[in-house]
Amino acid sequence: MKTITTRQELEALRNSLLQQRDPNKPCVRVCVGTGCRARGGLDVLESFKDEIKKQGLEVRVDIRQTGCHGFCERGPVVVIGPKEIFYQTVKPRDVTEIVSKTLLNGEVVDRLLYVDPATDQKILCEHEVPFYKRQTRRILANNGRIDPANILDYISVGGYQALAKAITTMSCEEIIDTVEKSGIRGLGGGGFPTGRKWRLCREAHGDIKFVIGNGDEGDPGAFSDRSLMEGNPHSILEGMIIGAYAIGANQGYLYVRAEYPLALKHLQIAIDQAREYGFLGNSIFSSGFGFDIKINRGGGAFVCGESSALVASIEGRMGEPRAKYIHTVERGLWNKPTNLNNVKTWASVPLIINNGAEWYAKIGTKKSKGTAIFSLVGKVNNTGLVEVSMGTPLKRIIYDIGGGILGGRKFKAVQTGGPSGGCVPEELLDLPVDFERLTEVGSMMGSGGMIVMDQDTCMVDVARYFLDFLQYESCGKCVPCREGIKRMLEIITDITAGRGKEEDLELLQELAEMVKDFSLCALGKTAPNAVLSTLRYFRDEYEAHVRDKKCPGGICKDLIQYFILEDKCTGCGACLKLCPQKAIQGETKKLHTIDLAKCIRCGICRDACPFEAVMVR
Amino acid sequence: MDGAQNSVESIPEYSKVDAIIETYSYEKSALIAILQDIENLYNYLPAWALRYVSEKLSVPMIQVYGVASFYDAFHLTPRGKHLIRVCLGTACYLRGSARVLEAVERELGVKDGETTPDLEFSIQSVRCLGACALAPLMIIDERYFDKMAPTKVSRVLKQVQG
Amino acid sequence: MINFNIDGVEVRAEEGSTILEAARFYGLNIPTLCYHDELTPYGACRLCMVEVDDGRRTRLVASCLYPVKEGIKVRTQTERVIKGRKLILELLLARCPNSKTLQDLASRMRLEQIRFNMENEDCILCGLCVRMCAEQMGGGAIGFVGRGQNREVVTPFRMVSEICRNCGACMYICPIVDLQCRGVKSPGELCNSCLIMTPQCLEKYGQVMCTLKSCGVCVGKEEK
Repeated sequence: MKTITTRQELEALRNSLLQQRDPNKPCVRVCVGTGCRARGGLDVLESFKDEIKKQGLEVRVDIRQTGCHGFCERGPVVVIGPKEIFYQTVKPRDVTEIVSKTLLNGEVVDRLLYVDPATDQKILCEHEVPFYKRQTRRILANNGRIDPANILDYISVGGYQALAKAITTMSCEEIIDTVEKSGIRGLGGGGFPTGRKWRLCREAHGDIKFVIGNGDEGDPGAFSDRSLMEGNPHSILEGMIIGAYAIGANQGYLYVRAEYPLALKHLQIAIDQAREYGFLGNSIFSSGFGFDIKINRGGGAFVCGESSALVASIEGRMGEPRAKYIHTVERGLWNKPTNLNNVKTWASVPLIINNGAEWYAKIGTKKSKGTAIFSLVGKVNNTGLVEVSMGTPLKRIIYDIGGGILGGRKFKAVQTGGPSGGCVPEELLDLPVDFERLTEVGSMMGSGGMIVMDQDTCMVDVARYFLDFLQYESCGKCVPCREGIKRMLEIITDITAGRGKEEDLELLQELAEMVKDFSLCALGKTAPNAVLSTLRYFRDEYEAHVRDKKCPGGICKDLIQYFILEDKCTGCGACLKLCPQKAIQGETKKLHTIDLAKCIRCGICRDACPFEAVMVR
Repeated sequence: MDGAQNSVESIPEYSKVDAIIETYSYEKSALIAILQDIENLYNYLPAWALRYVSEKLSVPMIQVYGVASFYDAFHLTPRGKHLIRVCLGTACYLRGSARVLEAVERELGVKDGETTPDLEFSIQSVRCLGACALAPLMIIDERYFDKMAPTKVSRVLKQVQG
Repeated sequence: MINFNIDGVEVRAEEGSTILEAARFYGLNIPTLCYHDELTPYGACRLCMVEVDDGRRTRLVASCLYPVKEGIKVRTQTERVIKGRKLILELLLARCPNSKTLQDLASRMRLEQIRFNMENEDCILCGLCVRMCAEQMGGGAIGFVGRGQNREVVTPFRMVSEICRNCGACMYICPIVDLQCRGVKSPGELCNSCLIMTPQCLEKYGQVMCTLKSCGVCVGKEEK
C-alpha cells in the first residue's frame, strides 16, 4: 500500500485498477448486509467460493461480497455481472446450479428470478427490476456493487476523487459555496440547510473545531443509515474529510449505534484503510491539512440521535439534551464549534463536489433539492430502501416502487418520520414528498422511515405505540415531555382498553399542543405528532373507541373477540392444541368454539388455523 | 437491587478492568466505551467494577453510576446465559411481534427485562435492529430468527438450549 | 448594553444576561421552579417559558437560559404561555399534590382542577439539590440517575454517601420538601385557601403570612 500524496497518484492508481479489472469478466456479487446475512448470506458466499474453487474457476470468475442492496425482503441477494442478472432468496444449495448454468453456460436459473407482482413477469437484470428501475439512486448507487471492506473497490468507482479535487483545487470558501448552492438539507430529519450550517461553523470563534457523523439511526423501521454505513463506508468518510477541510476541523467523530455491529466493523476497516492510503492523517494530499476520525459506539438511547444529547454522550455523560439557544456550531463538543450531520448528508458531499451544485439541484422541489432515501416497510410487497428525488408523490413510492399493499389489502395510512412523525391518510397519497409538504400535513421527513399500514391497523393503537416508545426513550429532564407524554399515554391506553371518556379527546389535544410548544428538545417537541395527526385524520376511530367501545381495526384486545367461522372450520384441532389458555373446545371433525371468558386474545389460534376459520370482530 | 451484595456478584478482577481502561488511554470521555467493554465481559456491570472505574478515571462516582443507569446497553444486575432480544420496532410490531414477546414471557415465566431464576435466559425487548424485512425479528445471542410467530417460540427456545 | 422589549416596555440589560435576569431586575414576575440565581440555570421545569419575536420568527423559549439580544420583543403573558404554564403546574401537582409551593403557585395562576390520576411523590426532579450540592457545597454526593420514568435523585448504588457531609443544603434549597400542605382531601381537589382569601393565618397572626416560609398555619401544625 502506497500513500497517495497527489491527485495524479490517485488518478494513476484508479487507472491501473480499471486496467486490471475486465468489465466483461463474470463477477458474482453476494450481498452480506445485515438483512441478507441474517438469512444465510455468508453461507451463500462461502458456497460460491467453494464451488468456484472446486470447478477451477478462480481465475475466470470474480467473487465479491457487497453491502446492502436495499431490497432486504428478497435476500439473500446475488447479482451476476456483467449482465447484472438478479437472483433472489438464494440458498447455498442453489449455488452449484448457478455456477454451472449461469457462470459456465450463460443460462439463467429461472426460479431464482424476481417476479413482478403487477405483471407476473420474470425480470432478468437488477436495474430492470421495477423496485430499482423507478428509483434515482445517487447516494446508494454503489451499494451492492463494491466490497465495503476494500478501499480499492471504492477508488475504482471514483472514490476520493472529490476529496482530491476539493483539497487541491478549491478554497474552503468555494467548497462551502458549492454545498450551499446545491441546496442540500440535512437528511437526518431536521432538514437544516447544510451549506449554511457549514458556513456558521466556519465563522464561529475558535481554533479547535469538530465534525461529527450521526449514525445513531434510532427510528424503528428506518435502516438507510445502516445500509449506507455497512455498504459504502468510504463515501461517508470522504464527505467528512471534505467538510472538515472546509470548516477548519482537525478531528472528527462517527457516532454509531452499538446495535449495528456490521456497520461499526466496516467503518473501522474503512478508517484504517483510509489512513494507510493517506486520506486521513497529517497532510492529506500534501496540503498541510491534517484530520482523523474516531468511532464512538452509542450506549443505547434513542434520544442520543439529538445533536446535543449525542455530544453529551461523546463527552462521557448521560445523554441529556440542552436548550439550543446557542447552537452546536458555536459551542458543541467540549464547548467548541461543532458541525454535526447525518451520515447520508456526509455521503452526498463527494457527489456534489464531483458533479457540481447544479447537478444536485436540478432534481427535487423548490425548497428541497436532490434525493431522499426512505425505508419502506410494513404492509407493502416490496420492503426495502427507496431513493427518489424530492417531490416524488407518495403514491408512486408506495405503489409503483413498493408494489402496492401486501396481500391485495386496502391502504389505510402511511407513517413517515419515525416516532417524531405523523400518519398520512389515503386522501393525501398524491402528496409530493419533501420537507415542507410533509410538515404541512402534520408529519415530517425525519430519518426517512416510511411505514405502510392497511385496514387491519388501529390508528389509536399506532399513536399509543409511539407514545409508549417515546416515554421509554425520554431522558426525563423536562416536565412537558416526562409528565406530558406519560399522561397522554395513560389517556390513550384507557381509550384502547375501552375506558375512554368524552373529555379525553380534548384533554389529549391540549396536552399534545403544550408538549409540542414547551418541551426542551426535538424528542419532546415532536412526540405529540403521532397523536395530533391521528386525531386530525382518524378522529372517527378515536370516537368509535370512546363512544361505542369498538376497535374498527380489530387490534385493541379489550375491544375485540375471536370467534370461529362455522362454514370454514374442519375440526382439525390445530387451534385447540396450541391455545395457551385451553380456551378452545371441540370434538375432532366437528366445529370448535372459543370460550371468550378464558380467551386472552393472543392470536395463536388464528396463526395456526390452516383454513382461515378464526376471525376477529 | 443495589445496596446489598448480590450472592451471585462476580469476584473483582481488577487487572481485566485495568487492561480495558488502558486501551482507551485513561480518557475520561471514553467512559461509555469502557463500560461497554466491561458489560461485554461479564454480561452486566458489577458494582466493584463501577467503583474501580470511577477511581481510576477520576470521574465522580455519581457520574459513572448515572451513565450506567441511563443507557440500554448497561445492566446493573447479572443476566442469563442466553440473551433473547425481541424487536418491538414499528415494522415488527405491526407484524405482531408484541404477541411473540408475550409468548416468550409465557414460556419462560418471566417478563420483559427480567432473567429466569436459573439464570438461563434474559428477555430484552429492543426497538429496531435495522432489519425490518425480517419482521417479526428475534435474536438470541448472535442468532437471528426471522419471521417469528407465537407458535414458533417454543421450538426456537428448545433449539437454543439443546 | 442590549436594548429590547418586554411586554411592551423598552428595557436594557447587560450582554450575556438572560431574559429572566433582566425581567427580575425590572420587577416582572415570571414563575420558576428549577431556577435559583446562585446556581447555573437548568431549564427543566419550563415554567419560565416566554414568547420571543426576534424579527425572523416568534417562538417559545426558556427565559432562564435565553440570552438577551438586540431588538427582541418578549411577551410573558400570552394566552399560549399562560395556558401552558397552568398545564405544567397541573401535571406537577398530579405528581406531588402535597407541596405548599406548588399549591401556592396553582392558586396564583387560578388553576382550578387536576384532571389526571393522582400520585404522591415528593420530588419534581428540578435538580436544585443536585446543583446545590455540586456547585455551592463542593459535594457531588447526589445526582440524577435513570432515564425517563425511572429518573430520580439518589446517591450511587442508593447507599449512604461517602462524600455527603450532612450539610443540609439540599433540603434547604428544595422547593417541595417544604412545609407540607394540608393535603388534598379528594382526588383533584386544590387547597386554594390563599385564593379565596380566608387563610387561617389572618386570625393567628393578623396578616397574610404566605410570603414567609415559616407560616405553617394552613398545614395545621399544632402550636407548641
